Amino acid sequence: METKFINTNTLPFCKGCTHTTISQNTEKALQKLGKDLLDVILVTDIGCLGIIDKAFDTHTVHGLHGRSVALASGVSAGINNPDKKVIVFIGDGGATIGMQHLLDAAHNGYNMTVVVHNNMLYGMTGGQPSELTPEGFRTPTLPDGAPHKGYDICDLVATAGASYVSRIAGIGDISDQLAEAFSRDGFSLIEVMEICTSYGVKSNPGMKLKSLIQEAGIEIKVYADDQTKAYETNKKEDQPTLFSPKLGIDKEFTSQLVQAVRIFLSGTAGEGVQSGASLFVKAGMRCGLNVTKKGSYPVTVGVGFSASNIILSPEPILYTGAPRPDVIIVTSVEGLKFAQKLIDNATEDTLLIIDSSLETPTTNARLIVHHFREHFGGRYAILVGLYEYIRQSEAIPMEALHKQFLGSHMAGSEKLVKLIEEEFGL
Amino acid sequence: MQALIDGSRLMTEALVRAGADVFIGYPITPANNLYLFSGQRFKTFFAAPDEITTLQWMSGFSTAGKLPVTATSFPGFALMLESINMAYMMELPMVIVLVQRLGPATGTATCGAQGDITLLNGMLSGGYSIPVLSTSEANDCWEMAANAVKTAAELRTPVILLTSKEEVMTQFSFDMDSLKEIKAVERKYYSSDETFVPYKRDGKGVPDFLPVSNSKHQVRYTASTHNENGILEGITPGALGNTIAIHEKIESNLDSYLYYELDKADTSDTLLVSYGITANAAREAAQRLKDEGRAVSVLIAKTMLPIPDAYLNIISGYQKVIIAEENHHGLYSKLLFGAKAPANIHRVNTIGRMISPDEIIEEVKRHGN
Repeated sequence: METKFINTNTLPFCKGCTHTTISQNTEKALQKLGKDLLDVILVTDIGCLGIIDKAFDTHTVHGLHGRSVALASGVSAGINNPDKKVIVFIGDGGATIGMQHLLDAAHNGYNMTVVVHNNMLYGMTGGQPSELTPEGFRTPTLPDGAPHKGYDICDLVATAGASYVSRIAGIGDISDQLAEAFSRDGFSLIEVMEICTSYGVKSNPGMKLKSLIQEAGIEIKVYADDQTKAYETNKKEDQPTLFSPKLGIDKEFTSQLVQAVRIFLSGTAGEGVQSGASLFVKAGMRCGLNVTKKGSYPVTVGVGFSASNIILSPEPILYTGAPRPDVIIVTSVEGLKFAQKLIDNATEDTLLIIDSSLETPTTNARLIVHHFREHFGGRYAILVGLYEYIRQSEAIPMEALHKQFLGSHMAGSEKLVKLIEEEFGL
Repeated sequence: MQALIDGSRLMTEALVRAGADVFIGYPITPANNLYLFSGQRFKTFFAAPDEITTLQWMSGFSTAGKLPVTATSFPGFALMLESINMAYMMELPMVIVLVQRLGPATGTATCGAQGDITLLNGMLSGGYSIPVLSTSEANDCWEMAANAVKTAAELRTPVILLTSKEEVMTQFSFDMDSLKEIKAVERKYYSSDETFVPYKRDGKGVPDFLPVSNSKHQVRYTASTHNENGILEGITPGALGNTIAIHEKIESNLDSYLYYELDKADTSDTLLVSYGITANAAREAAQRLKDEGRAVSVLIAKTMLPIPDAYLNIISGYQKVIIAEENHHGLYSKLLFGAKAPANIHRVNTIGRMISPDEIIEEVKRHGN
């Protein structure tokens, strides 16, 4: 006995509606392909067509307006089994609101067949036009007819990479055409042209589907017919842990720091502010200190200022903000501009280390002017500023910072290593 | 092992270890580190073309028995809202990490905030709740992430993991050995030979689960008002009853996902209440007040929604309550107390920067602790 996919003789559609033809021929097509009930997942969109679920004894999923193809994409990639047939019922309205999803599913080649029920209007809400309504077609809300040609959804998904695409007129037995689409691997789409018996017929009296198709220049044809391979969901079974032992930083030195110090680095994007800050906090960790580091930069990461907030502390750090940093290191014009407010608010307890190329700001801070840029180049100015801070404060042993530096990519420059060792007596 | 890490790394590793198996994402600052790490860690990773697609793909994966995760910020989250309603209605397990940044609209992508809690409270039409768990410190990026996966699977529901820019982007030294072991959640599938009823509930109000890939029982999912068979039915008693049953499932199982921290100072009549990025400022403020001999109690909320009765019970035991959160007019305070809070409820709020411990201490002293 043939598998019954539909459990009722009374489908929930208006008399004469092609939605009934599509549902009945879907059953017939699945029978022809020898599919079992639970090998089929029917995903339905919103619209009259979407209330078909309960009539189908397959698995059914009924989601949101326009999103059925995206939902089915997840179902299909999640199941990851081309022997399971994912079928999407969507209307011209759903195809309009969810057009991106159709293009995207075709582009990715997810295993599914989309059946577009194109009755050229929104049947559930009063007969408004969709973007697939053909030019001149009248609807209750568009008595003068659609002003321009509708999207050719077949052409669009074929261009996006669908394996099989066809448009048919929803007249008579269409089970072979549906079966052809259902039998394909990857993404297939079949657009079935219909006239809504409630709104389409009333607004376009006497119009026949065949003549409409002809007059509107709608092509009934196969748009794509490639032997595309089934989609397979990529699964990497051996993804390594994010807790690589390489992240480990061992304590080798001891710090004399007795309370937290908050440091603000302010320079120019591309001049090593973030990498200098990372190197410095790791040196702090080598001394057993708790550290935090955050970066600030414009959303276009490659231009303008680049700044970093650092905290080193012998105690656990809770609040990671630093409205009044203890140390400000400024190495460029952009950095000075960005740090201006902090410099204005600095007190005599603040240490400001600033490059000699910059105009010395008026400030209460204790000021150290250093020739970072001139002697070491802008690229290393922040790093050298941090060396200078350690020379001034002895917050951590100079050896700890230098060891961290020598292990970094920045130490690839022999000239830089030599200059730093000369300057800081290492 | 001491390492320099950020909350995104902890969270991603925790989500995977807890049993999440698919990450679907669309890039957005400040959730990008979660996207980056997820690409390196999840077995299956999908780059979606937008946030609506993200939630729809996740829902599809979830019907197939996977436990998907995404990470986003308000602008992306706003696009997900209708689909989150769908996933809630279909009762699909998934975790959405919401990394808060300064709004409204695109606001400032690189600035943190705590501005989304009232949105989360009202995101379902009908005012129903989705569990919202929040991080409040580094270790929560580990434990609350795992709890989010566990809650999603056990209650068959989407779960929001609420965090913010500074919590997932700031790097810090961290003792990796301090992390508790995370066990992967065990998904329970319906195993009986009797007809599967997709929304028939067990003693906890949770429906049994079967993926749409199974060949034994028919499975139905629908976003529309539906009866226990998953049949769209309009406003029949069965369908409305099912809608209420989903709500009751989330509310009545609150104890299974109730997480908060209460540090009680025996002699104090003052309670600090905070959550998220401001929690550590509150902890530091309390520590410093204690050092000054002015100890206060601290309540850190981690289960944000639905609002646990426990919070109101704790709060009612104090004469002075200070609620600190990084938004302009005290959003969680509004959820706790309505439009007008009682006179003993005080607030510390900022936008565009983190609240400092100094500001909280000042507020405590203003009210004479």
